[in-house]
Amino acid sequence: MAEAVQARQPEGDAPLLRVRGLAKHFDVSPPFVTRALQGGGRSILRAVDGIDFEIERGKTFSLVGESGCGKSTVARLVVGLYKPTEGHVEFDGVDLASLATRKAMEPVRKRMQMIFQDPFASLNPRWRVADIVAEPIRTHRLIDDSRDVLHRVGELLEQVRLSARDGEKFPHEFSGGQRQRISIARALASNPEFLVCDEPTSALDVSVQAQVLNLMKDLQRELGLTYFFISHDMAVVYHISDYVGVMYLGRLVEWAPAEEVFHNPQHPYTRLLLDAIPDLEMTGRPRQAVAGEVPSPIHPPSGCHFHPRCPFASDRCRAEVPPSLPRTGGQVACHAVEEGRMPDAGNSA
Amino acid sequence: MSAARRTDAMAINTDRREITPSLAGRAADSLHRFFDGDVYYSFRRSPVAMVAFAVTLVLFFVAIFAPWVAPHNTDDVTTLNLMNARFPPWGFTDPFGTEGVARFLLGTDDQGRDIFSAMMFGLQISLMVGFASVILAAVVGTSLGLISGYIGGRLDSVIMRIADIQLTFPAILIALLIDGTVAGLLPRAVAQDLKIYVLILAIAASQWVNFARTVRGSTLVEKNKEYVQAAKVIGVHPALIMIRHVLPNVTGPVLVIATLSLALAILTEATLSFLGVGVPVTHPSLGTLIRIGQQYIFSGEWWMTIFPSLALVVLVLAVNLLGDWLRDALNPKLR
Amino acid sequence: MTVSPKPPLLEVKDLRIEFPTRRGILVAVDGVSFDIAEGEVLGVVGESGAGKSLTGASIIGLLEPPGRISDGQIYLAGRRIDNLPYEEIRKVRGSEIGMVFQDPLTSLNPLYSVGRQLIETIRTHTDLSEPAARKRAIDLLGEVGIPSPKVRIDQYPHQFSGGMRQRVVIALALCVNPKLIIADEPTTALDVSIQAQIITLLKRLCSEHGAAVMLITHDMGVIAETANRVAVMYAGRLAEVGPVDQVIKRAKHPYTHGLMGSIPKLSRAAERLVQIEGSMPRLNEIPSGCAFNPRCPKAFARCTVERPDLIPVDRSQVACWLYDQVEERTGSDG
Repeated sequence: MAEAVQARQPEGDAPLLRVRGLAKHFDVSPPFVTRALQGGGRSILRAVDGIDFEIERGKTFSLVGESGCGKSTVARLVVGLYKPTEGHVEFDGVDLASLATRKAMEPVRKRMQMIFQDPFASLNPRWRVADIVAEPIRTHRLIDDSRDVLHRVGELLEQVRLSARDGEKFPHEFSGGQRQRISIARALASNPEFLVCDEPTSALDVSVQAQVLNLMKDLQRELGLTYFFISHDMAVVYHISDYVGVMYLGRLVEWAPAEEVFHNPQHPYTRLLLDAIPDLEMTGRPRQAVAGEVPSPIHPPSGCHFHPRCPFASDRCRAEVPPSLPRTGGQVACHAVEEGRMPDAGNSA
Repeated sequence: MSAARRTDAMAINTDRREITPSLAGRAADSLHRFFDGDVYYSFRRSPVAMVAFAVTLVLFFVAIFAPWVAPHNTDDVTTLNLMNARFPPWGFTDPFGTEGVARFLLGTDDQGRDIFSAMMFGLQISLMVGFASVILAAVVGTSLGLISGYIGGRLDSVIMRIADIQLTFPAILIALLIDGTVAGLLPRAVAQDLKIYVLILAIAASQWVNFARTVRGSTLVEKNKEYVQAAKVIGVHPALIMIRHVLPNVTGPVLVIATLSLALAILTEATLSFLGVGVPVTHPSLGTLIRIGQQYIFSGEWWMTIFPSLALVVLVLAVNLLGDWLRDALNPKLR
Repeated sequence: MTVSPKPPLLEVKDLRIEFPTRRGILVAVDGVSFDIAEGEVLGVVGESGAGKSLTGASIIGLLEPPGRISDGQIYLAGRRIDNLPYEEIRKVRGSEIGMVFQDPLTSLNPLYSVGRQLIETIRTHTDLSEPAARKRAIDLLGEVGIPSPKVRIDQYPHQFSGGMRQRVVIALALCVNPKLIIADEPTTALDVSIQAQIITLLKRLCSEHGAAVMLITHDMGVIAETANRVAVMYAGRLAEVGPVDQVIKRAKHPYTHGLMGSIPKLSRAAERLVQIEGSMPRLNEIPSGCAFNPRCPKAFARCTVERPDLIPVDRSQVACWLYDQVEERTGSDG
């Protein structure tokens, strides 16, 4: 299996995943009859509103943002659980939209898997762990002999630091952290190169989170995996990522290498997020009071979505959507940064 | 099977035990899980459920083994003797001075049928019709509910509107309609033979909606859970997701509805038979027996209708209590 | 425990909470003792299932049956409150102890306006007239940072955002100037940027009102920013109690030490996080001796047999045999 990964590697430095102008709009209008009776038109939720980014092979790209910013929707668009309203998701040079049938999708399916947030809902409670982990193998008929399948399942369980004998048990016999390992084992069963991880540790306790994060890092090194990681926890993202993108109300406001984002944040929202993290080191750093709340994504503010909470907002910010412009190692979408109105990032955490 | 093959099979079995126990092992394990589980625990703690279960079990036993345990074979018309008609139960005297005999424990009807035996055979018919119609309704309703909930969209609308229309007709009316249509379309002899199947179909038609609606509701909940999304990401065929992932997780409510529907189906069958559109008189069900008996109730010959009625009450009550308990046991939120 | 002339505001002694189940009695909280001084913020941390929320609920008599306090005492300002009849504890709950829950949506009645809930609470526990109570409610809403409180007071909970709702809940808890506020995961359901606002608010209000706070959370960052002292719970027992800087920077108990190491930090990029092997035992399989011993890198024979009590070390108290020995050794050394 390691050979297979190696074999695919030389295909070049082209990014494994490329997302272009990706958008997903949900129609959240009340039913037709209600609309007709009460007046009022359709309301469209722009969960993802035109974002671009690329993920290099063997690296971890993370999306951070607060609830409702659309980061989980991006994850589901990337794995094809949702169809994009606009834009493209290209996996290894292939546009997913061009794979119309399930059959055509199958080769990509094997190479791309997902780990979910809720370790209690992501495993079918009626299935034995061995059957859960074997599902991708059986679906894609990767191994024919049933003995070999079970052997492989045992290997996978050991790979995520569980015992092969755990396959006999049912999910409810495991703790949250162990279930998340089972989820990872299932995701690895089809030898994928690319894992989409939607808040994989946010339902776990810190000590268990550490175990899962360490495991994920080990697996990435051993198997040459590429991660697309979704989280709201800045510290976790900093720990696991090579690249970080910050989302706010459906838009990617800034992305760059992790070090850059965390130690030289450009966008005012990135700075706000970093500032809001409770200070575990107790340096006595004065915390800047952050005003305001995330507005409703159904009626987002005009221009730059962040302008009502932004201390640097100008008339231009209220009127004009800022384009993504290059910054060190990445891009940032902010008029204030473009015009050089931002003070230096002195609040690196 | 050759010896070599057999050892081969055993080898696989022992090999598998490393990770998964053999089929027998799994079955034993499942049994152990059941007796260790919450449902069995709740059963042991509920005297009502235990009594209801015992009663149901006895009635089932009696119904299934009626030809062997009944003192008279009332199914065989040739054994009937009009001389034996209208005996009161043993130890009773009827208004005309006839005394009951031990041979006919609960008396006889106007054809000379032993009531006690006729009830056993009647129970058999009632349960058979009840079970068959519930199973039919459950299969159809569950499938439609599953498809409706999982696929959604226009198909969902169509199925649910049909269900809505279905609900506007009372069960009896549907049964009468189907019964009438079949009787009108087919020759009399054929219709008579098909009568019991028509009855099953009619009762099932009035009950599938319950299953469909409940399963659709549970499916809508389950299909948004992450394990279903995981299966989609893996690339599992939608039909397999429905059958292997969603279905096992929506069977709890189906079991409850099935139990409660069984009581209802038995009652519906009894009602239809009482009205004379049910099973043929030659093979009377409990409802038919009640109908035959009620003609004589005003002449003081009460036993013909009271005993079958009591049996019906006890059966329906026991099944209903069992269903109620099951609903509580499977839905901890209601406790 | 320092001996002061005045009794501490809250004193919990040997608290034991049991859940009878069909497989025997589960001990969810076992021999927990701590106190909170007036105006102090005590953080209670632990992983899910450590018993921290149950401890909080038992103090205000909101333990859900079949859970029950089977042993120990709870004193509020010297008065025993764990055995009070329902009506009495209800009065204590309203007037002397305020409560802030994790989910602001469930602690507000969706059918009543925010103002009505505030006014009712105020009037139940004070003699204020309706207009006076309304004025106080408006003042409170302003105090917790709700803009234009005169308008918002007549709105319903669903018209408030999550952060604003939590502010209303805090206002509700502060209505009658309680001496103690029990805040159970008050920021967990909120976004990071809102969390910071709520923490700042809670801190400011408590110092202004002179209320003590029992802050129950799994988030060490919140504790570091807010608490004066920290109590670390593990498997229903206290592992360590001490001043916040002591516990966070120089954790004594191996569990606390591991816990602190397992938190990813922004200040330094570590390739691997410190990892405590295994997971917290289920309540029906708590090991003998120290509950942490199977996972403890420093466990020795005594740990598996004898259960450690809190031992004073530096300015903290630690339930670990390691320090019993250290005490003896340093005792002979110095």
